[in-house]
Amino acid sequence: MAWTRKILRVNLSAGTCTDEPLNMAWAAQYLGQRGLATKYLAEEIDPACDALGADNKMIMATGPLTGTMASTGGRYSVITKSPLTGMIACSNSGGFFGSEMKNAGWDMVILEGKAEQPVYLYINDGQVELRDASDLWGSSVWHTEQTLKKRHQDPQLRIASVGRAAEKGNLFAAIINDLHRAAGRSGVGAVMASKNLKAVAIRGTLGVGNLADAAAFMQAVNDGKTVLAENAVTGQGLPTYGTQVLMNVINGMAAMPTRNSSEMQFEGAADISGEAMMEPRKSDGKANLTANAGCFGCTIACGRISTVDPSHFSVKDKPEYQKNSGGLEYEAAWALGTDTCVNDLDALTYVNFLCNEDGMDPISFGATVAAAMELYEAGAISQDQTGGIDLRFGNAEALCQVAELTAKGEGFGAEIGLGSKRLCEKYGRPELSMTVKGQEFPAYDPRGIQGMGLTYATSNRGACHLRSYTVASEVLGIPVKTDPLETEGKAELVKTFQDATALVDSAGLCVFTTFAWSMENIAPQIDAACEGDWSVDNCMTVGERIWNLERDFNIRAGLTADQDTLPDRLLKDAAKVGPAEGRVNDLGQMLPEYYAIRGWTDDGQLTDETRQRLEL
Amino acid sequence: MKIYLELYASLMRYLPPGAGRHRREIEIADGATPHDVIDAYGIPRGSAHLVLRNGVFVLPLERNRPVFQAGDVLAIWPPVAGG
Repeated sequence: MAWTRKILRVNLSAGTCTDEPLNMAWAAQYLGQRGLATKYLAEEIDPACDALGADNKMIMATGPLTGTMASTGGRYSVITKSPLTGMIACSNSGGFFGSEMKNAGWDMVILEGKAEQPVYLYINDGQVELRDASDLWGSSVWHTEQTLKKRHQDPQLRIASVGRAAEKGNLFAAIINDLHRAAGRSGVGAVMASKNLKAVAIRGTLGVGNLADAAAFMQAVNDGKTVLAENAVTGQGLPTYGTQVLMNVINGMAAMPTRNSSEMQFEGAADISGEAMMEPRKSDGKANLTANAGCFGCTIACGRISTVDPSHFSVKDKPEYQKNSGGLEYEAAWALGTDTCVNDLDALTYVNFLCNEDGMDPISFGATVAAAMELYEAGAISQDQTGGIDLRFGNAEALCQVAELTAKGEGFGAEIGLGSKRLCEKYGRPELSMTVKGQEFPAYDPRGIQGMGLTYATSNRGACHLRSYTVASEVLGIPVKTDPLETEGKAELVKTFQDATALVDSAGLCVFTTFAWSMENIAPQIDAACEGDWSVDNCMTVGERIWNLERDFNIRAGLTADQDTLPDRLLKDAAKVGPAEGRVNDLGQMLPEYYAIRGWTDDGQLTDETRQRLEL
Repeated sequence: MKIYLELYASLMRYLPPGAGRHRREIEIADGATPHDVIDAYGIPRGSAHLVLRNGVFVLPLERNRPVFQAGDVLAIWPPVAGG
């Protein structure tokens, strides 16, 4: 069965912690993690509620394969209503926190209400307590983790917490676990802080052995691991170069959002690429990249462990930042570097450390700084607003200064913490915000990769690459190569990626396995672990059901079809260079077909027939 | 004619001597194909996974065709991915 069949409900207003059985009828329909927690949230809150009010709930949820021997089976997700988008938030993280929750005997933790004073939740298998966190309020994630491990005299305690950014209301604040793994997007950290919940600390020793067919599961898991090991991407490319190898690929295609998406190629891309991270530096002969790293149970290990050059201006007098820590992933390097035109690898690594230390989504942070830089160069803001910071594109010192302020919610950093949409609206230039539904989009320009335009426009959590990563097909040829400049067939491609990803995100697995695995590799692992029908067909149906449930939540929250769009810059300003020269994103050619394939009305509403077909 | 060859990730080892991380100006015969270039520099064809000419993916079937014009950029990666 793989599920522990037990959930923990924590009412922060009343200070109570109670266990209750998992709703197995819902588990059969929504599997776990992303899907199942969304079902609970949709049933328990009014989607129109204030995301930062006590009526919103926040769920930390594992999947049935979390904590098992399945490769990458260490994932958990945070599901809540987002303060950044006003829509569903679903942020997925690796590390070891999710598997620890499962090993402590819990499928998910539902957090509701609001504590009067700062608290943290301590879970030691079945022992569950809310404890005072007044002394931790005002601390960074890193300080909080260190303090709790010492307090409990347990170096193996697994901790997810929020930093000072979340406490100060930063709308793209993340929840960080294991020091540098993030439930990063959509401001889930701001929701956690709004509940006066500083941290969740877990020690789990019960094991996860409750599999429906243990022998079949081990066979399916071993088969899957063989596929990952023998695949050139998951077996060699990702562990060696990490996601950052894409920096030169996407730049070479001239599909790289640059200078707040006013350009599509960055001349400094090679200086901040995965290859550059492996070059010895002049100062000490060491490379930025120290090692790769894996999350719980992962046999890919794409994570980056890096150092900043000790002589670099950003850390010169700060020994605490001269140590190894979580390094740059492609999305972070793009947002912090390419979008802001900063080609200083050490500055970007330092700012990435700050994002981890105080819990900020580096995509939204970097993209918001890029928007602020354009506002600054356009004269819409000046040094009066920035506090004397010369916020022009390419200024590495300014990027670092703004990161330090935003991490603590101080000065101009508090305005950056609003996110790009609210910042640009505040200064009268809303068209400069590169967002969909209020969330900053990531590192692929939809003029050069057409399917990503539809991906961003229809993503249930606002602009995001991880809801349907059609880059795999349009750029990398996985599973089949499609033309990135073609719109025909992209509606079907996007829907298929969306449904498959929703299923993977509900299983406890990492979506990076899908560079090698198809549903034919994934379904047998779920089927052996869980009771019920987890055939390929049913897995895809469950994925589609989850997608539609999220859509339904958003409609109840106030979503209308006119929000399924892109910034005007992508729809009206044609590409000036590269293969896409002269092209905009042709969203209008793809969106009606997408609605039709989804079984939605012309204005993006679920039809009764679709609801019945998917048993919604 | 002269074109630019760019090699990335684990293929950088096949770059001929010269300055710069990834790019070399190379001389090719008129009518040369992408496979001719790949073979001439000792790059295993199976490792030449992502092949872009001026940023546009060259389909495997097209790699035996004379596609080049002077000044073209031929960029090659092994199997890679990101996210």
